[in-house]
Amino acid sequence: MALSREEVLKIAKLSRLEFKDEEIERFQEDLNNIFVYIDELNQVDTSMVEPLTQITLETSDFREDFIKKSLTQEESMKNSPNQAEGMLIVPKVVGGED
Amino acid sequence: MIKNLLKLTAFEIREKIIRKEITSEEITTLVFENIEKKDSIVGSFVNLRKEKALFEARAIDKKIALGEAVGFLAGVPVAVKDNMVSMGDPSSSGSKILEGYLGIYDATVVKKLKEAGAIIIGKTNMDEFAMGSSTMTSCYGMTKNPWDLERVPGGSSGGAASSIAAQQVFLSLGSDTGGSIRQPASFCGVVGLKPTYGRVSRYGLMAFASSLDQIGPLGKNVQDVALCMNVISGNDDFDSVSSTSPVPDFLKYLNQDIKGLKIGIPEEYFIEGLNQDIKKIVLDSIEKLKSLGAEIIKISLPHTKYAVSTYYVLAPAEASSNLGRFDGIRYGHRTTKAQNIEELYSKSRSEGFGDEVKRRIMMGTHVLSAGFFDAYFKKAQKVRALIKKDFDVAFEKIDIILTPVSPTTAFKLSDEKTPIELYLEDIFTIPANIAGLPGLVVPAGLINGLPVGIQFLGKYFEEGTLLKVGSAFEKIRGEWIFPKI
Repeated sequence: MALSREEVLKIAKLSRLEFKDEEIERFQEDLNNIFVYIDELNQVDTSMVEPLTQITLETSDFREDFIKKSLTQEESMKNSPNQAEGMLIVPKVVGGED
Repeated sequence: MIKNLLKLTAFEIREKIIRKEITSEEITTLVFENIEKKDSIVGSFVNLRKEKALFEARAIDKKIALGEAVGFLAGVPVAVKDNMVSMGDPSSSGSKILEGYLGIYDATVVKKLKEAGAIIIGKTNMDEFAMGSSTMTSCYGMTKNPWDLERVPGGSSGGAASSIAAQQVFLSLGSDTGGSIRQPASFCGVVGLKPTYGRVSRYGLMAFASSLDQIGPLGKNVQDVALCMNVISGNDDFDSVSSTSPVPDFLKYLNQDIKGLKIGIPEEYFIEGLNQDIKKIVLDSIEKLKSLGAEIIKISLPHTKYAVSTYYVLAPAEASSNLGRFDGIRYGHRTTKAQNIEELYSKSRSEGFGDEVKRRIMMGTHVLSAGFFDAYFKKAQKVRALIKKDFDVAFEKIDIILTPVSPTTAFKLSDEKTPIELYLEDIFTIPANIAGLPGLVVPAGLINGLPVGIQFLGKYFEEGTLLKVGSAFEKIRGEWIFPKI
C-alpha cells in the first residue's frame, strides 16, 4: 500500500519536519521504495512468536534513592541558543492565534 | 623517524612511553604535526583538541618521571567519534543541528580513556547521527579511504577507521548500530570490534537506536583492540542496560591455540550479490583456520534474509523517538525564522537535519503511528525474536561464526546509490546488532589494492573467544601493511 502525498505530509507534520514541494515528491518515492522492500517481513510466519522488546537477559535493579552531585542549572543550560536569568526563551506559547 | 613511530601499535607506543624511550608529549606532538600536514587529504577529523591534549600528555610524562602509577593507555594518542561527548569539546554527530555544541560532561568511555592515561586527539568524522555506510552524510563533508582517495572509508565510523588506516592515531572509538564499526574496519583494512550489547556503557553517546547501539574500538591489530576493551568495558550506573557480567583480561586470550575450536559457516551469508573475490578470501581464511586445527561446521541461520528489513523498521523507529529531543530550545541549531513555537520546532529541525536523517525520522514516525504499529513495528520485533533464536540454536553446536563483512569492497565517492542499495551494504553486519552479539572484523586480504576483512561473531559476552581466534588468524595471515598517505 503506497503512501500518498497527503500521508507523507501527515508523517512530516508528526515528525516536526517541513519540506518544499519537490522534496515531498522525492521523499514520497524514497519512502515507498523502502516500505515495498520492508513488506517482505509479511512472508515470515510470526503467529506463534512473542515480540522481542529487550535484548539483554539482565533485569534492571532497584537502587537507593539518594541525592548525588549532578550538573548545575547553569552548566545544563550552557548550550541553549537563547536564554536569560536561568530561563529558556521561546516564542509565546499560550494565547496565540492558534 | 617520525613515520616509524606512527607505524607502531598502541601497545608498542605505550611500552616506549613507560620505558621512557619517548615522552607522551613527543609522540603527541608528532601525531598533531602529521594530522595538520596531511589530514586535509583524508579528512578523518572534524575537530582537534591540541592544547588540551599536549597539556594532558605533559601531565602523564610528569607522573611517569616521578614514578607514579599510570593507566593501561598512559600517554597514547587516541581518537573518539564525533557522537561521543567530552567536557568542553565540540561534539555534533556530524550534524549541523549540533553546530557549536560543547560537551558539559565526559561520556563514560571518554572518562575511562582519560583515567587510563590516553590522550584524546580529537573527534572523527561520521555519517550524520551514525546513519549511513559511507561517511558521506556528514555535515563536515566526506572522509576518504586512505587506500584509495576516490573511495569511501565506509561508515558510519568512517573517520575512526581512516584515522587508524592512515596511522594518525593508535586507537579510535567507534559506535556500531548496524555495522558502523565493522564495515569501515573492513573497507579500511583495520581491526574493529563491536562488543556484546551492554558490554560498554553508552552514557554520553548520542543515541541513534538504543536497543542496537554499542561502542567499540578500532585499531591496527587484535592486541590493540583487546587492550582498549580492558579500558572501556564494564558496568555503569549511567547506562541502565550496561551489563554486570564480569570483565576478563582480554589480553589473556591472545596467542592461544585454537585447536578444536568449532567455527560455524552460515550458508545464508554466501548470497548471489556477494563479490566472488570476497567469497574467495573468506574461503581461503576458512582453510587457514582449518590448518590451525579449527573444526569447520556448516550451519544455517534461516531468517538472515529478513535482517535488513527488520533493522529498517526498528532502527528508524527508535531514532525518530531519540531525535525528538532536537527541538532548537535546549541546545543545537535554532531557526531565526519562526513566528511561533510550532514553527520553531519544525524549522529548526528542517534546517538542522540532513536528508538521510529526515528520511529515517519519517520512516520511524510512520511505523510507530496509529494503524501501522502492529503491521510494522510489532512485526519487526517478532522477526527480531526469530533472528536471535537462529543464533541461539546455532551456538549450541559451535563456538564462533565466520562470515564476510560486506558484499563489496569500498565503493567510489562518486557512485550514486539509492537508499536501499546503501541499506543492503549492511546485510552481513546487521544480524549481530539485532541479536545483540559481539562481532570482530580482522583484515584478511586485498582485492585490486582494496582491503577486505572477515567477520567473527561470538556468543554473548565472549569477546575473548573472538579475540583469541582473531589473533590466531592474524598470525597465519601474516604481516598487514598500511597505505602511504
